[in-house]
Amino acid sequence: MNVEESSVQFEAPGRLRHFLTTEGLGRETIVEILDIAESFISVGERRIKKVPLLHGKTVVNLFFEPSTRTRTTFEIAAKRLSADVINLSSARMSTSKGESVLDTVKTLEAMHTDMFVVRDKASGTAHLIARHMPPGVSIINAGDGRHAHPTQAMLDVFTIRQYKNDFEPLSIAITGDILHSRVARSQIHALRQLGVKDIRIIGPATLLPTRIEKLGVRTYYDMDEGVADADVLIMLRVQTERMDGQLLPGPEEYFRYYGLSEKRLKLARPDAIVMHPGPMNRGLEIASGVADGPRSVILSQVTNGIAVRMAIMAKLAGDAHRESHS
Amino acid sequence: MNLCIRGGRVIDPASGFDQICDLHIRNERIVAIGGAPPDANHTGVIDAKGLIVAPGLIDMQARLREPGEDHTGSMESELAAAVKGGVTTVCVPPDTYPPIDTPAMVHMIKQRVDAVGLARVLPIGALTVNLEGERLTDMGSLHQAGCTALGNSDRAIVNTLVMRRALQYASTFNLVVLLNAQDPWLVGNGCVHEGEISTRLGLPVIPEAAETVGVARDLALIETTGIRAHFNCLSSARAIAMIVDARARGLPVTASVTPHHLHLCEQDVGVFDTQCKVMPPLRSEDDRTALRNAVASGAIAAICSDHQAHGKDAKLAPFSEAASGIAGIESLLGLTMKLVREDNLPLTTALAALTSNPARILDLDRGRIEVGQIADLCVFDPDEVYTLSLNGMTSRGANTPFYDTELYGKVHTTLVAGKIVYNG
Repeated sequence: MNVEESSVQFEAPGRLRHFLTTEGLGRETIVEILDIAESFISVGERRIKKVPLLHGKTVVNLFFEPSTRTRTTFEIAAKRLSADVINLSSARMSTSKGESVLDTVKTLEAMHTDMFVVRDKASGTAHLIARHMPPGVSIINAGDGRHAHPTQAMLDVFTIRQYKNDFEPLSIAITGDILHSRVARSQIHALRQLGVKDIRIIGPATLLPTRIEKLGVRTYYDMDEGVADADVLIMLRVQTERMDGQLLPGPEEYFRYYGLSEKRLKLARPDAIVMHPGPMNRGLEIASGVADGPRSVILSQVTNGIAVRMAIMAKLAGDAHRESHS
Repeated sequence: MNLCIRGGRVIDPASGFDQICDLHIRNERIVAIGGAPPDANHTGVIDAKGLIVAPGLIDMQARLREPGEDHTGSMESELAAAVKGGVTTVCVPPDTYPPIDTPAMVHMIKQRVDAVGLARVLPIGALTVNLEGERLTDMGSLHQAGCTALGNSDRAIVNTLVMRRALQYASTFNLVVLLNAQDPWLVGNGCVHEGEISTRLGLPVIPEAAETVGVARDLALIETTGIRAHFNCLSSARAIAMIVDARARGLPVTASVTPHHLHLCEQDVGVFDTQCKVMPPLRSEDDRTALRNAVASGAIAAICSDHQAHGKDAKLAPFSEAASGIAGIESLLGLTMKLVREDNLPLTTALAALTSNPARILDLDRGRIEVGQIADLCVFDPDEVYTLSLNGMTSRGANTPFYDTELYGKVHTTLVAGKIVYNG
């Protein structure tokens, strides 16, 4: 199955055409992107925060689902690479009503767009679009339904690398709504390929997808057990609409069993870091004191998001460039 | 018209008759098997050397898209596809627009079918008005108008009391009911089997329990009403086991599966392949194996296509929004014969599941090769390999995951009432 996933986003071995999922990316490509991102960190600290790698290219941010931080960091990333950026945010009609996703994208593609950054509420939208793009047009998945959010996962592993030396010995605990989380799925694939052996998935049975163990993780219903001696604690956002009594009884019970309190944090290793893809629900999945505390690297994640997204765009543009001259 | 089908392997699955011999047809009936009748003045001969001569296929569930969805298919196109696949009788579920819930609709469909010719059509009458699961239809009148069976298509009758009364009332007229049992709450907005594939792709699920809960409820009601019931398109090993158990207890129930559930499983969805989006969803590999075994053992009596033609665009959408279903009537025989060739499914069992068993379930005087029988026949080459291609489909549907799959059993000639309706 990895082979098939890969065949959509790779043009040739090691040469990325689209960035759709972390599944099947391969350790080498992941590390290459992290290294490129490393070199872009300093760009944000310069007086003139621009490099000309995407000069003359048009990037369209196509967000069919609302987003603030992802869209903004993509916009900043593309602009720092000197691309022309268009932002389009609109709710999309599902099924047969209105213009289809493909028609929308093909219309924009006809205006000579080089790269699309796509977010949609349905799993698989980025793959669908990627399959119907002409050569030279790249798709970056900025989140599709519950399936994948690969750039978020890349910035998460980048952040982990900043604080931890080696991936292999790490114990990483991911807590929350795994069932609906594209972030968790992409993190699991990325971490597995980087050699992390101990990935723990924590949540109530209603929020753990069936057979998640097949992805190479262990599941825990008991958070205290799950976070014990962990090196990295990743908290996931719980959508408030899940609190309607069907999947979860309510916020108080949730925080009691699956919220990251100061007390629970003590169960992890003393040098454990706390991460959250945002936006946070303080007092629901994470206590304010932890979110703002010394172990939190949540704001680093946001900062790193720009460098990592620049790296992905640069890698795609670079690989496309290689092709046109080979 | 006096026809002779010469030198074919004549198989009557119901009796087990299997011989290389001639078949003589006069007007619309079979008049002799083997030696020619004394006054045989053949006006036509079909050379069937090396071919199998079987009863015409009876497809227990296929949509013809008329009336109401003429943009995706028509009686002309879908019935032409049927006879190309050797199908001579098509059961049309009541989910047309408007639904088949009045005698007038039955008459209208019959008129259209008569005008088109080709295959026979059995309209399945709705159990509830507008398929809404609230009020019972005029079942007696629907029966009178020509519905031999009733059903509610895949629209669940949510209210259990309405379901019970629908079954009770249908039993008054000794009707057969065709059920697509799925619990609507557990189906929800799901679109794939709850298993590895749903977790990997992050798609909303349809758990196996959607089917087992649906079947369990309906079986309990069947038991109290005594109605003859047939479950169409089952997908899970557990549901089949429930049917087997119910039969052992003496309940008059039968079941069918589709060729796609016999050939594919959840993994075939791959990376969001919308051609593999079907309802009920493709289940696990273990389920597929169990379904195959159940067909071979006869626990599953029938194989139906669940044919649903869609235009190309219907599948060009994110998985959860893409249309469900496969245009499968042309490959019903080919995929079943593939199991005969590749999975040791006995030929007679396979043909019975496509002909005499559906006839028995539906109380039809068809699906047999006997002297005196109406000559609805399918003449096919069991060894000829063929493939479907997007442009080679007769159905208006552009939706099958079986493009470029090697199929066996190419149909050469299809006859309905002694008349050649397809010649390949």
